Amino acid sequence: MSLALDTPAAASAGATPPRPRRRLRPADRLHRALFHLAGILVAVLFLAPIAFLVLAAFRPAAEAVNPPLPPWPKAGPSLDSFARLDGFGEGIWHYAGNSLIVALATAALTILVSVLAGYGFSRYRFPLKSLVFVMILATIMVPFQSILTPLFLVLAKLGLQNTLVGLVLIYVTLQLPFSVFMMRNAFDAIPKEIEEAARIDGVRGLKLLLRVLTPLALPGIVSVGLFAFLNAWNEFLAALVFLTDERNYTLPVMMMVVRQGRFGSIDWGALQAGVTLMMVPCLLLFLSLQRFYIRGLTAGAVK
Amino acid sequence: MSAITGQALAARPAVSSRRSRRRRRDLAGLLYVAPALALVLVFFVLPLGTTVWMSLHNWPLLGLPRWIGLANYKALWNDKAFWRALGFTSYYTLFATIGLLGTGLALALFAQGTGRAVALYRTAFFLPVVIGFASASLLWAWLANVDSGLFPALFEALGLTSGRVNILATFDPAFWSVTVMVVWKMAGFYMVILMSGLQSIPADYTEAARIDGASALQRFRHITLPLIRRPFALALVLCVSGSMLAFDQFYIILAGGPQNQTVTAVYWIFNTSFVSFRLGYGAALSMVLLVILVALSVVQMWLLRDKEEAR
Repeated sequence: MSLALDTPAAASAGATPPRPRRRLRPADRLHRALFHLAGILVAVLFLAPIAFLVLAAFRPAAEAVNPPLPPWPKAGPSLDSFARLDGFGEGIWHYAGNSLIVALATAALTILVSVLAGYGFSRYRFPLKSLVFVMILATIMVPFQSILTPLFLVLAKLGLQNTLVGLVLIYVTLQLPFSVFMMRNAFDAIPKEIEEAARIDGVRGLKLLLRVLTPLALPGIVSVGLFAFLNAWNEFLAALVFLTDERNYTLPVMMMVVRQGRFGSIDWGALQAGVTLMMVPCLLLFLSLQRFYIRGLTAGAVK
Repeated sequence: MSAITGQALAARPAVSSRRSRRRRRDLAGLLYVAPALALVLVFFVLPLGTTVWMSLHNWPLLGLPRWIGLANYKALWNDKAFWRALGFTSYYTLFATIGLLGTGLALALFAQGTGRAVALYRTAFFLPVVIGFASASLLWAWLANVDSGLFPALFEALGLTSGRVNILATFDPAFWSVTVMVVWKMAGFYMVILMSGLQSIPADYTEAARIDGASALQRFRHITLPLIRRPFALALVLCVSGSMLAFDQFYIILAGGPQNQTVTAVYWIFNTSFVSFRLGYGAALSMVLLVILVALSVVQMWLLRDKEEAR
């Protein structure tokens, strides 16, 4: 697992020959020490809130009510907070399961729809093609928060209100502008000759797309799936509005129940445990796939 | 259609078979994009059109909607609570944008170098971006809590406040704790966007300027700034529109308090539509927010593009 953020500079630095190392003057050495001191300080500042939360989640019930000074459990780590968290509603794993289903389904469907559309836009000509492409991209201009009310009615008409399926379809639609754009570019970057060679070998249509082109577009597909998963896992407002039955809540909405408290008191230990559960998958996914994450981010930004 | 093709087929088989093959290819292309198109039409274009239609009705959750023309928009004009929410959202957007782009730029300049340590710093700065607004807000709700949180106890221990003060009980400290949270969570994102511009600056430029005796400030003003104008424009648009749509943090940390002073525009629309269930009026409010946002984006793009071309 590499912690290096894969930015263009890092890539280009690898390409250009390294500058000959000069011997550092004392002033330069001081400068460098100060630079790293500042870097470490700011990095610690950025990581501290996350570290405080994760450490505090393992405090026993007696300590959980106290301010986190220090954040770590003084009497040894305990899973009390996680156990108490299970006492909310159907139990926390039920809601974690809902979130996981929604996030995985969103990622899978986004990949499927955007690979097909990206291929269609890259390799075929059909009437109104550029209009359709612009229309899909233009949805990014309109914030979905401003169409929540009618979306609520559309879902009701389709019989999908208060279902995870309805939520997934909305999440996929929100991912489409970015994903279709990414996949169209990914297929555009694959030389046509590869496709022609495959055609001559008798591989055509969907088979050509799946067997030959998809493996070549894999980095783009990973980026698209990663963003879809993380956005669906973290999304709050649409889940809050469209899910009315507590059984169907996703983790963020369920955690609001914990945050509101019972009988006028909030179980902060359970809240820390729940937020830890919400954060850790995101952090692990990012750390293991950050190359694809940053590539997706800059590809969307530069063009 | 098929009859015509049939006749043509009988008359000129070669031409028509080519034409029908082209039609088949057209059809295949449409088929590939059809799922994406269907989703966008059903879950985006249709609701967008419906927003306009609904905003012209009195539309309760149950019962029949009633056409009332522009009455919702007239009511909205006199709706003090909505304008106050919009005013607060603009106030928040101003400070969040200054904080985010300032911090993002500082981080980008600081961490643009190469090397293993610098890469680690970048990763650290970026980590809060991936955890989601709901998680970050819940985390902050705890950190700022007066009984069990970190900040009040820490301020007391450092002697900044006498006794433990509830920082979420009055407007200014509450507002600033949320804004600091947003800067903490999103600064890394703007760092990466701005860095994509910094890295397009060839090292020779700065080197040459340095040799010619340009000061660090001059190099920043005349080399760095012009070259990061494009990513900066993008960062500005993303930041302003993102902040104008703020909801999660104010709902989760402050629940709109103290005294409903931190209700944002989206929060107010949420309350109108899904707490009071005045769906038609909520749609009218959405239309106003939508127009404001599109106008803001267009103005910002135009301002920044114009300068670049005029140079």
